[in-house]
Amino acid sequence: MSEFKSGSNLEKVLKAGHFAFTGECGPPQGANLEVLKEKARHLKGCVDAVNVTDNQTAVVRMSSWAASLVLIQEGLEPNYQMVCRDRNRLAMQSDILGAYAHGIRNMLCLSGDHQKFGNHPESKNVFDIDSMQLIHMVKEMRDQGVFLNGQEIDEAPRMFIGAASNPFADPFEFRVHRLAKKVAAGADFIQTQCIYNMPKFKEFMKQAVDMGLTEKCYLLAGVTPMKSVGMARYMATQVPGMDVPDELIKRLKGAGKGKVAEEGIKFALEQIEEFREMEGVAGVHLMAIEWEHRVPEIAERAGMLPRPQI
Amino acid sequence: MIVAEQKPIRELVEMVKDFQKILVLGCKGCVTVCNVGGAKEVGVLASALRIWGRKTGRDLQVGEHTLERQCDPEYIEELRGIVGEYDAVISIACGVGPQFVSERYPTARVFPGVNTKFMGGAVAHGIWSERCAGCGQCVVHYFGGLCPIARCSKSLMNGPCGGSADGRCEIHKEVECIWDTIVRKMTEQGRLNELIEFKPPKSWTTARDGGPRSMIREELVK
Ligand code: SF4
Ligand code: SF4
Repeated sequence: MSEFKSGSNLEKVLKAGHFAFTGECGPPQGANLEVLKEKARHLKGCVDAVNVTDNQTAVVRMSSWAASLVLIQEGLEPNYQMVCRDRNRLAMQSDILGAYAHGIRNMLCLSGDHQKFGNHPESKNVFDIDSMQLIHMVKEMRDQGVFLNGQEIDEAPRMFIGAASNPFADPFEFRVHRLAKKVAAGADFIQTQCIYNMPKFKEFMKQAVDMGLTEKCYLLAGVTPMKSVGMARYMATQVPGMDVPDELIKRLKGAGKGKVAEEGIKFALEQIEEFREMEGVAGVHLMAIEWEHRVPEIAERAGMLPRPQI
Repeated sequence: MIVAEQKPIRELVEMVKDFQKILVLGCKGCVTVCNVGGAKEVGVLASALRIWGRKTGRDLQVGEHTLERQCDPEYIEELRGIVGEYDAVISIACGVGPQFVSERYPTARVFPGVNTKFMGGAVAHGIWSERCAGCGQCVVHYFGGLCPIARCSKSLMNGPCGGSADGRCEIHKEVECIWDTIVRKMTEQGRLNELIEFKPPKSWTTARDGGPRSMIREELVK
């Protein structure tokens, strides 16, 4: 058996001790592959893996596995996201088999935003299993070679298992325990919610390090550069579980007309600099939402290039 | 109890607009307690229908009747000789009522007068809140006596999602995040370690997902 769990590029980069850098890409709201390929072109060579969102914010988009396959064709490594909102355990397992069979090696297991936020709020949700149980299921599929019902799998899917963590949601005291649960359930790597409140994140990281969690999994800090003051305000007030300090909004405002986006990028770069030095942080997950074309520049300025070839 | 709310009168008159003799049928069970389907509400709805009838020039005959319970064949039997007198029955019991009436009186035209909402109770005067989703395998003791199946918007069993903020659920500020409450309560009881244990996937065979449910208690079957 190989020394790797999945052999994905992301796993290799992390295991070799490199500071990982992952990106994100939302599939198109249609069958338009050009849009997706365009995003892929910007990200290629700049990141170790690309998260492919699964009907994010409960808006219908091209399926995550299909878009992941397109990324593979374009020479990128996908991090296939799966939410518990839209699929029961049968659909999840069959999708995982299919995804793996077609070369997908990383998976991010999420609860998923409630459909109330999306463009089909009338839909029925599933939530047959929760994100914790999904993580565990993918691990058992890989390590024990069994389905959730215990039945043996003829060639088990070997995924590098990711999970999300939001240090800024409530109740704060429970957040590190939830992270611990995800690690115990089988998460190999963690990507956090976008971080803006650095002192709070440091407090969270200290807890995680003290509990030894960062020795058992790789934690990638989430970064989303602010494009505008409006975006910052929206994130601060409209996105549950998002913590955007007033100082940041003030700082963006102070940048002056036409310079806010640059200020947002500067803040992100400062954060990345800090994360590189922070104990327990194994990399950065850059979620440049509908801003993929700025990723090469950010990666360059953050000193992330070239990415390690393993 | 089962909590229901009255259907808008517009919807009800649309349902019965082609009938002349209408029976409004109440129930003294849950719907009386939640002030939507008892004798009092039967009277109110019957008057509303009569007024609508007069306004729209219809010669309506609206009868009123309230059963002890509509979820019990014994009481449904009481309607023998009554139902036949009417063209339509509006049951303002929970969703069980119109079905028991329909099943017992196959030729009757039965309409639901309320929307059955959930199993829960009154948390304050005039405010009702859901407590149970009838999953068929109760597990509230793992969660400080509180039910995440019915009360967490995502039925999560392993802790609060990333959308929990200030004790509120991500779907709406008016909705309590039950996981916030569970964590607080278990912390106060010194039982946080129990929440840290992994809870495996639930079997939904006992829930509605396992198909329509029934229950047989041999010792009670005559
Ligand atoms: S665990 Fe099931 S039976 Fe118990 S309160 Fe919740 S939904 Fe009802
Ligand atoms: S915010 Fe709380 S109640 Fe709402 S879905 Fe998340 S954990 Fe469940």
